[in-house]
Amino acid sequence: MTDDTLQIQPAPQPSGPVTDVAPSPHLADSGQTTRAMMVDVLVALIPVVCSALYFFRWHAVRQMAICLAVCLAAEAVFSAMRGRRPPLADGSAAVTGIILALSLPATAPWYAAAIGSLVAIGIGKSIFGGLGMNLFNPAMVGRAFVMISFAGALGAAGYQDPQSQIDIMTRATPLTAFQQSGVVASLADLFRGSTNGSLGETSALACLIGGLYLCLRRTAAWRIPASMLAAATVIALLDTGLSPHGWTVLHHLFGGALLFGAFFIATDPVSSPLTHRGQMIFGAGIGAWVMLIRIFSGYPEGVMFAVLLMNGFTPLINRWTIPTPFGGRLNR
Amino acid sequence: MNGGPTASQRFFLGILPENPVYRQMLGMCSTLAVTNNIQAAVTMAAAVLFVLVCANLIISLIRHWLTPYLRIVIFTLTIATFVTVADRALAAFVYPMSKMLGPYIPLIIVNCIIICRCEVCAAKQGPITAVADAAGQSLGFGLALVSLAAVRELLGSGMWFGSRVLPEAWPDWVIMVLPPGAFLTFGLLMGLVNWFTARRAGKEGA
Repeated sequence: MTDDTLQIQPAPQPSGPVTDVAPSPHLADSGQTTRAMMVDVLVALIPVVCSALYFFRWHAVRQMAICLAVCLAAEAVFSAMRGRRPPLADGSAAVTGIILALSLPATAPWYAAAIGSLVAIGIGKSIFGGLGMNLFNPAMVGRAFVMISFAGALGAAGYQDPQSQIDIMTRATPLTAFQQSGVVASLADLFRGSTNGSLGETSALACLIGGLYLCLRRTAAWRIPASMLAAATVIALLDTGLSPHGWTVLHHLFGGALLFGAFFIATDPVSSPLTHRGQMIFGAGIGAWVMLIRIFSGYPEGVMFAVLLMNGFTPLINRWTIPTPFGGRLNR
Repeated sequence: MNGGPTASQRFFLGILPENPVYRQMLGMCSTLAVTNNIQAAVTMAAAVLFVLVCANLIISLIRHWLTPYLRIVIFTLTIATFVTVADRALAAFVYPMSKMLGPYIPLIIVNCIIICRCEVCAAKQGPITAVADAAGQSLGFGLALVSLAAVRELLGSGMWFGSRVLPEAWPDWVIMVLPPGAFLTFGLLMGLVNWFTARRAGKEGA
């Protein structure tokens, strides 16, 4: 049937310029390849990885090794199943693996990391058609899957391991401690990262260094973290203004995964909007959702759900914010 | 009224080529809601089998008296009668299962599969064809439900029919027995069915 239709059409003539059709990220600068972007992200993750290694020792090594290995293997297998050459060299699977590992608690069992990686690459990315086609941030899809599946091991209580040799792992995470018993962590600890939490989120300093590098290199769109932090600050100001309780705006900003999420998760170029105005809306939306979940829900932290929610809005935001060309007017 | 597939064709069409769930994507509500364990899935499929066979038979017998503008009302009333019978019977004899299925047995009244079969087959063809069609479609529905439930119950609680299949060390994937697991499993199984169908079609065509 298809043969007939093919024969009717004239043979394609290679004349004149050919329009390149490619999946996002759409980059105007041809010097900036996917590989270069991913390497940039990996470089920016170095301070975060270092802080994770420093505070969580071999727990961080184990988590990153499992996630990296399973993500790369899954990428290879699923690409082969789709009849493609495994695009391991572009580094996107490695980035997904590292970010997923850094978003898991140090106590996470091995199968949680492995299943999370498999789901991140398989259901988060490959099923949509590979890099650039996915609707949702792959690492967060994987994390959400294992978080809901193994709520006992990975929920707020799962972060604590009373038998651990590492002192900070025996304590509750700062957000959980505050939500459940009103204990306010010291700002210096939150800034340095000497608190319990997901591997990569504890050190605000490391996230800031890596994030600023990403923004200065223009690998990450600065509008997303800027608007996200701005929205979070506004809601935190309202919250602390209405009911002062020692957990200040800076605690809100430095605690939990807000900075890690703002710089490394929300800025994923595939699942965030393309337009400048869209990026502002997207970032502000995530910031607002994070704060709403923190203040009003049973979860101590909400970066993952906030990012996934706003990922779902990305196509709509893109459509809302199509820029009007100079002298032109949008036809309705 | 002649024409249309014969009884045996109707029966086999319903099982796979025109599977109500994987092919027609009808009755999604109950499909996604009751497939977190195999027992519930089997009960649901049995209830649908009973309702569909009875409704198709009755509609087929009275098909010459149906008027176009009243037919949907007649379909719904017929279906509702048998759904009520099924619902009360379940509540009387297997109360825990009836409680577990909750509103999904009464909701068979609005299940598109049944009204679709009344419209497509029973209102146009004789009672034997209609009953064969109902049986085929119900078996297809049951097959889809059990396949979904088998995956979800195994991964989500390590069990089949409520008894342990996987070793104790198996960490239950709780998400699989929750609604997201239904959507994920359904999507993946549907992809698998489409893949197999495409491969078979490719082989036959070549």
